[in-house]
Amino acid sequence: MAKRIDVSGLSAYYGSFKGIEDISMTIEPRSVTAFIGPSGCGKSTFLRTLNRMHEVIPGARVEGKVMLDDENLYGAGVDPVAVRRTVGMVFQRPNPFPTMSIYDNVVAGLRLAGVRKKSLLDAVVEKSLKGANLWNEVKDRLNKPGAGLSGGQQQRLCIARAIAVEPQVLLMDEPCSALDPISTLAVEDLIGELKSQFTIVIVTHNMQQAARVSDRTAFFNLAGVGQPGRLVEIDDTQRIFSNPSVQATEDYISGRFG
Amino acid sequence: MDTPSPTVPQDRDDGRNHPPHDTVDLPAQLPSALAQATGQSGVSSPPKAGNRIGDTLFLAASRGSGILLLCIMAAIAIFLGWQASKSIGSNHGNFFTTFEWNADATPPVFGIAVLLFGTVVSSVIAMAVAVPVAMGIALFISHYAPRRLAQPIAYLVDLLAAVPSIVYGLWGALFLVPHMNGLTSWMNDYLGWTYVFGQSDSVAGSAPRNLFTVGVLLAIMILPIITAVSREVFRQVPRMHEEAALALGATRWEMIRTAVLPFGRPGVISASMLGLGRALGETMAVATVLSPSDKLNLHIMDPGGGTFAQNIAAKFGEAFDNGRSALIASGLMLFVITLLVNAGARMIIARRKEFSGANA
Repeated sequence: MAKRIDVSGLSAYYGSFKGIEDISMTIEPRSVTAFIGPSGCGKSTFLRTLNRMHEVIPGARVEGKVMLDDENLYGAGVDPVAVRRTVGMVFQRPNPFPTMSIYDNVVAGLRLAGVRKKSLLDAVVEKSLKGANLWNEVKDRLNKPGAGLSGGQQQRLCIARAIAVEPQVLLMDEPCSALDPISTLAVEDLIGELKSQFTIVIVTHNMQQAARVSDRTAFFNLAGVGQPGRLVEIDDTQRIFSNPSVQATEDYISGRFG
Repeated sequence: MDTPSPTVPQDRDDGRNHPPHDTVDLPAQLPSALAQATGQSGVSSPPKAGNRIGDTLFLAASRGSGILLLCIMAAIAIFLGWQASKSIGSNHGNFFTTFEWNADATPPVFGIAVLLFGTVVSSVIAMAVAVPVAMGIALFISHYAPRRLAQPIAYLVDLLAAVPSIVYGLWGALFLVPHMNGLTSWMNDYLGWTYVFGQSDSVAGSAPRNLFTVGVLLAIMILPIITAVSREVFRQVPRMHEEAALALGATRWEMIRTAVLPFGRPGVISASMLGLGRALGETMAVATVLSPSDKLNLHIMDPGGGTFAQNIAAKFGEAFDNGRSALIASGLMLFVITLLVNAGARMIIARRKEFSGANA
């Protein structure tokens, strides 16, 4: 179920502006990889290139290779729609469909894939909501609107929606930044459980969070305003936070800049 | 965090919103800076609620406008009802089932059956044609067309909405009617078995000044307003919901179906109601295109029939006392129909209120 991601020489552009430059890294399956770095350094942009969501912005394009096991996501003839079904995504702000019930939100991806069988959908709803640690809170009100839940519950609903289609990889773009500490803890616990099945990549501004949830950490930085973001280093999380090999990483982690 | 000053409550929010690293300097400096900005000395008590003349004026103005609206509605209803009641008492026919309209004859005989049928049929045709096309144009402008193309098209649509109805009427009578001949006979040939879209043999080949042509013309007239409102609604769909759909592996059309259309549904219904209101009440365009008669004909391709507004326009100039009252009674019916249709639309929207997206 989980696949390895191998990125080489990847640059992403917004029109003529280069957002990130020449990034290469390997993301291990069944692990959590965290991206940290100052605002504007291209963490989110890079994350969005991993499921071809970058290019939905008008004028945006990508150069380079992203190998998902043996398949290049940017190869000729690869359908971005199919890529997004394999690589799920959770956004910074919880975004359940406001016009749908909790149930319909969870099965939205499956319905897009053409699954209509009620018994199958029911099973997936229960499994996904249990997987997102939300089942006990919502099992009696599956037909109520998803937008009526609290922020933390909405975010777990979005995670349930993402894992319902059983992706190979789960991308999370600052999934806890709009949540209170208790909801954050719930989502972090969930990430710990999900990594046994999925390859997880998480962008975070919270370095304690990166230290808590991730196995490996990548530090991004940019040379200055208007310059493209670059990958500074990627290593085991423990190592990044105790003894990083690049001085800039240590400066950032110890709060000396950024 | 320490709050800087208990006397000026708004300081509290400002202090909290600052980034944490500013907090050291904050308590000392903020109150005086704020006091200067608002023109108050540091020790003054907060302003009393009654002092705000602007608030009072605005409250009075907005409340007054609301009350005025209700008064106007009530005045219209009372006027129509009072005038209408004078003629209805004198009617020797049944107001709802009589076909002819001879309100100034002795005895007066008039009824709205033909007008009600014509109004409903032409408006239904107009909606059936206009709403799908308008949604298509709106979606094209908001989600498909490149920005360079979308802007001019949007302007063009707005421009069309401002064309006076008499101009549509002239165009309809002089251009559309002759060009509807082909479609009319084609539909008679292939859809004649439906009866509704068939034509009586006696009128075959005559100019199609019928309810179907009126409906098509009304569709063209209401298309811009429905398009303009729907387009704005579709533009309001939050980007994050569209991205949520895309990230689940939706194609563009699937994204529109899952995120855009459900979110825009109440707005599209409201837009359609605006269009329907115009179609129901349209006068000049109908009067120039339709050749009216007091026959209720289920062959909508046959010339004849009438609508409320067209009938009032055609008869008002030559009507005497009772005739005018009778026409006003028919106007009251149009008013009631419009209210009912709008109430129905409100109910449809309200039924799924909690799923509307307004609380997202």
